[in-house]
Amino acid sequence: MDERLWNILVDSFPQLLGYGVRVTIPLTLISFALALVIAVIVALIQYADVKVLRQICRFYIWIVRGTPLLVQLYIVFFGLPSVGVVLDAFLAAVLVLGFNEGAYMAETVRGALESVSRGQMEAGYCVGMNYLQIMTHVVLPQAFRTAFPALGNSMIGMLKETSMAATITVMEMFRQAQVINGRVYESLALYGEVALIYLLFCTVLTWLQRLGEKRLSAYGGKKA
Amino acid sequence: MMLEAKNVHKRFDGQDVLKGIDLQVEKGDVVAILGPSGSGKTTFLRCLNFLERADRGELVFDGERFDLHAANHADIARVRKKTAFVFQNYNLFLNKTVLQNVTLGLTVAGKMKKTEANEIAFAALRRVGMENKLDSYPSQLSGGQQQRVAIARGLASSPEIIYFDEPTSALDPELIGEVLAVMRQLAEDGMTMLVVTHEMDFARNVSNKVLFMADGSVVESGPSKAFFENPQAARSRDFIRSILEARQYDLSVTFA
Ligand SMILES: Nc1ncnc2c1ncn2[C@@H]1O[C@H](COP(=O)(O)OP(=O)(O)OP(=O)(O)O)[C@@H](O)[C@H]1O
Ligand SMILES: [Mg+2]
Repeated sequence: MDERLWNILVDSFPQLLGYGVRVTIPLTLISFALALVIAVIVALIQYADVKVLRQICRFYIWIVRGTPLLVQLYIVFFGLPSVGVVLDAFLAAVLVLGFNEGAYMAETVRGALESVSRGQMEAGYCVGMNYLQIMTHVVLPQAFRTAFPALGNSMIGMLKETSMAATITVMEMFRQAQVINGRVYESLALYGEVALIYLLFCTVLTWLQRLGEKRLSAYGGKKA
Repeated sequence: MMLEAKNVHKRFDGQDVLKGIDLQVEKGDVVAILGPSGSGKTTFLRCLNFLERADRGELVFDGERFDLHAANHADIARVRKKTAFVFQNYNLFLNKTVLQNVTLGLTVAGKMKKTEANEIAFAALRRVGMENKLDSYPSQLSGGQQQRVAIARGLASSPEIIYFDEPTSALDPELIGEVLAVMRQLAEDGMTMLVVTHEMDFARNVSNKVLFMADGSVVESGPSKAFFENPQAARSRDFIRSILEARQYDLSVTFA
């Protein structure tokens, strides 16, 4: 490898990593938190079969899952200003990523809730607990464990999707790679480098996910 | 009269599943509810505990009247406080240990202190012979052990009556005995019980009353002894005969 290329890589690495740590990861975590809140609410509404709200949830899931993330980003960031809604790019990215992944995660959480046998709910009523108490102490803990691996995958997917925020001017890790490349014209090297950093982040997340799964290992060792 | 159900009706999808069931239970009674599959035994039991909403019917419990159709939350809570329910497939809380399964209702619903709840739970678990498995999870127990824990969970709230819906039907044959033994002991201790069962020996030897149902109606009810020795209705006679024949068949298979 020639010395110029090597220097470019060495100089850019800390810059890219810095943007990764300061922007990509927070963007992932904040969007994921939003997605999780949305997913749990939407799943609970469907699980409890709340009449009108249920329809609204189905509609939301239908819209989000039927349109591309990139198009959603463009509509919110470039489209909404024409009706007077002007959002900061980072905020727009958080909202779109959160609502987008939230729709997928809602289905995960709903499936996990429904995998908890209804008989446990009835047994809970029979020992005097109310709906909320049964949900908190019996259903949600079991559902959370069932959903955990899939939610982990969602977070990993989201980490990679944050790179799309570059298209709506969010200065995150991939956008920074584009900026540097605009000066030095070494696409293969720089995009390869940024890919490696994403790979590094995802590997750490996968490792955390495994660790979490182990800590949550099924009650009594056997899958219920 | 401790408990009286009057004229309980229930329809499912246009099908009359309960067509006016009456039942009277005195304190200390062990009532066996018998009948062919689909006759409405489970539905009746579930209506008494509001797991199912009857379309019509009345429950008189300790002199207090409850409308089985229109009861409000407070009524339901009051009835459930006096009762316990044991399910065919146990329905233990899978994320809780044996001890926690028994204490959860006490601490969460009854706002009892943990130490006190643990003491009560331990006593209940000792009654069913499960005091050595406090920290096991349901998935680590046999079906018979799970059902005994479920019985302990019911006992913990000191109910006035326990409803059992085919408590041994999901069990391997060699595990049925341990659960029946616990139930027999409860009966001897004077616990009032309502037991849907296909275990004829239990119905005959442990229960003192029988309610025989078919097609959503009570065909015959009365003392167990009379029911088995001198059944009045033709359907009762057929039912008893078919059970005996099935058992003979079982024996002939076993010893063939
Ligand atoms: N939730 C439900 N929805 C629709 N039909 C139901 C429901 N529960 C029970 N039924 C119907 O009601 C009838 C009585 O059912 P039930 O379970 O009470 O009978 P059972 O006497 O307990 O029978 P088994 O001995 O098989 O347990 C059956 O025809 C059943 O199909
Ligand atoms: Mg039944």
